[in-house]
Amino acid sequence: MDFNDTPEQAKFRAKCREWLEANAELKESKSSGHSDSSLDDHLKVAKAWQQKKYEAGWAMLHWPKEYGGIEASPIERIIWGQEEAKFNVPGGIFEIGLGMCGPVMMQYASDEQKDRYLAPMAEGKEIWCQLFSEPAAGSDVAGLRSKAEKDGDDWIINGQKVWTSGAHYSDFGILVVRHDPDVAKHKGLTFFFVDMKSPGITVKPIKQITGQAGSGSGFNEVYFDDVRIPDSQRLGEIGDGWKVAITTLMNERLAVGDARGSDIEEALILSKTKDDAGEALIKNDSVRERLADWFCQANGLKYTKFRTISALSKGEAPGPEASITKIVSANKLQEIGNFGIDSGDMAGMLIDENDGVSSFQGAWLGAPGLRIAGGTDEILRNVIAERVLGLPQDPRADKGLAFKDIPTKA
Amino acid sequence: MRVCLLNCFKLYVLIWLGIISLNFKLYNNNMNLDFSDDQKFLQDEAKKFFDKEGGLTNARAVMDNALEHDEELWQKIVELGWTGIRVPEAYEGLGLGHLELCVIAEELGRSLAPVPFSSSVYFFTEALIKFGSEEIKSELLPKVVSGEVVGTYGIAEDMHQATESNLNVSITAEKINGIKIAVPDAGVASQMIVVVKSNTGTDLRLVDLDDASVTVTQQKNLDTSRAFFKVEFKDTPSKLIGESGKGWTYIQHLLDQAAVLFAFEQVGGSQAALDMAKAYSMERFAFGRQIGSYQAIKHKLADMYIAVTLAKSNCYYGAWALSSESAELPLAAATARVSATKAFQLCSKENIQTHGGNGFTWEYDCHLFYKRSKVLSVLLGSEATWKEKLVTNLEKTNTLAKG
Repeated sequence: MDFNDTPEQAKFRAKCREWLEANAELKESKSSGHSDSSLDDHLKVAKAWQQKKYEAGWAMLHWPKEYGGIEASPIERIIWGQEEAKFNVPGGIFEIGLGMCGPVMMQYASDEQKDRYLAPMAEGKEIWCQLFSEPAAGSDVAGLRSKAEKDGDDWIINGQKVWTSGAHYSDFGILVVRHDPDVAKHKGLTFFFVDMKSPGITVKPIKQITGQAGSGSGFNEVYFDDVRIPDSQRLGEIGDGWKVAITTLMNERLAVGDARGSDIEEALILSKTKDDAGEALIKNDSVRERLADWFCQANGLKYTKFRTISALSKGEAPGPEASITKIVSANKLQEIGNFGIDSGDMAGMLIDENDGVSSFQGAWLGAPGLRIAGGTDEILRNVIAERVLGLPQDPRADKGLAFKDIPTKA
Repeated sequence: MRVCLLNCFKLYVLIWLGIISLNFKLYNNNMNLDFSDDQKFLQDEAKKFFDKEGGLTNARAVMDNALEHDEELWQKIVELGWTGIRVPEAYEGLGLGHLELCVIAEELGRSLAPVPFSSSVYFFTEALIKFGSEEIKSELLPKVVSGEVVGTYGIAEDMHQATESNLNVSITAEKINGIKIAVPDAGVASQMIVVVKSNTGTDLRLVDLDDASVTVTQQKNLDTSRAFFKVEFKDTPSKLIGESGKGWTYIQHLLDQAAVLFAFEQVGGSQAALDMAKAYSMERFAFGRQIGSYQAIKHKLADMYIAVTLAKSNCYYGAWALSSESAELPLAAATARVSATKAFQLCSKENIQTHGGNGFTWEYDCHLFYKRSKVLSVLLGSEATWKEKLVTNLEKTNTLAKG
């Protein structure tokens, strides 16, 4: 057991580091990542950074060489991510395009389309989003009901998507819709890409429980009213929409994400520095007990990820251990946010006039969303039970039914 | 398709995190946080060995026949050389590291092996290796390897947390007087490390349990697959281990080391209890279907899996700190200990719950895990004691969990 790079990894890291140092500013302190800049400014900066990375060959490391990537290994992507994270650079705009939309285009689009769309995506000139979830299809996303009807060489799309990150600034999107409600749920879906500026598309930012909309999280509702998509923009066969969606999702295997926000580190600093009736908060036994619990969770997650990275580093497939990450981190975030607010005692509910919502308050407000997005706590427990432990699937009331016959209300 | 869906959820997580300023969190170092192929091979051999020797039936036999331990199993373990894993070759041991001990510990825990391994190997042998004089090492270590000597240790004197100031067993002119309780394996052991109050503070003393001045009496305990003893000293001759006055520091280090190894035992036990619950949930039907198809059971088992995974990862951290003699050992040990204690207690109690009424019978093995998890959770000091150690170390250090 050791914590060192292999010689090749060290070499790659040095290369990343050298370029980053020449082209970006090191982060001075651990800033929250929030900035006061407007969305337009943020996009401008993000696009410029993407362009710069593209020109130097860092933009889409994992892409095949024929599309300008270097077919980087997962561990190289991790190394790049580690190094880039130390610099003050914009993020969060191009991940969906490069991670999901690009690879699905490579696999299913025509050569002409690949020539037209992949380079601008990689260069950061065009932004892509992913249109899967719907108001009535969250955990059960294959139950989506947006309609596609064939009309000559076009398809006419009607319906609504929801929780679409970045739809309000995206140029294109990938889309799954139902072309046939008379067959079983998974069989009646077809996959397209769509120009987000098409007539009939309306994007409405979602106002969340944080009070933020649009520039905050970037979640949107997207309405389709008689939107025409040429059949040439279909990806995969008619009826293969679910299969394409799954392969799209399979393209992303870098399962080492977790919630950034108030964590044990911040809880510990607060506990050490905050006065609690004459002594530091950390001297309170109930605080000590909770700190111990959170540290066990945070440390356990940290080394769970190290195990995953170790496997990747050796060229092995990681085990299923990463599946616990979101459940544990989201719930911990909620508890720590709660703890930070409580530390203000009678006045804990107040928001600072100058600094705004504290990171603890932000964690507490955001954590309920984190426990839902990307698979609810409950769905993820099902996933662990069924996929990792191998327990039987839930009996499904919609099994064997045509989509139109599936019950939707009592 | 099943595998696909798992990845699908992972991806949703990533995407969502990427966009909502809860970004990818990556790490400062790459590493090889894993056991070597040789160590994995050793673990596999250990697992096969315990399966072949009857797995849980050994613990049950000790329980049913009111034995102190399984002598036959213990002799086979000695023959395999495991008592000499950490003993340097100069003293006829294998001269291997702590990581080899970690993988064996996990298998001991999985099979609830009723043997004095932890007392003799994690504590007694380590105390000699780390702090013993050349003379003591030459005399005893080869005998530990050959099985001629089994060692144990004594800290507790009453039903309170042991502290340096509440020790009553004391030493005057090399003679020990007083009573240690809850001493594991003192029946089979012939040598014992005793924590005593001395005129310079605290000492570790080596005592021959066969000496006529020592009275060893078995005490009743919750897990009768393991045996605990009251050990009474009356002017008992002893030898100093290490320096006088440093005994409390020594024992804290030995406890930290043992905490990591016990945590591996606890993880092994947790995994076995989870496996048992899983197997039962697949074969037991209620209301016309497998109980494992109900979300109430699925979510229970998922929570057990989460606890075991966190504990295991904390154990890896502990193993790294232990094997690299890191200054982080006290924090790493406490973290592994607390995490593994929680995991084994959760898995063993929810295994009973998953089994329904059957889980409450003597016949089913559920209670073996339940009882062992309790014994392991207090044997080195309670969860609360170790949480306090954990936080005390957090107060001192800047090392934090975010990678």
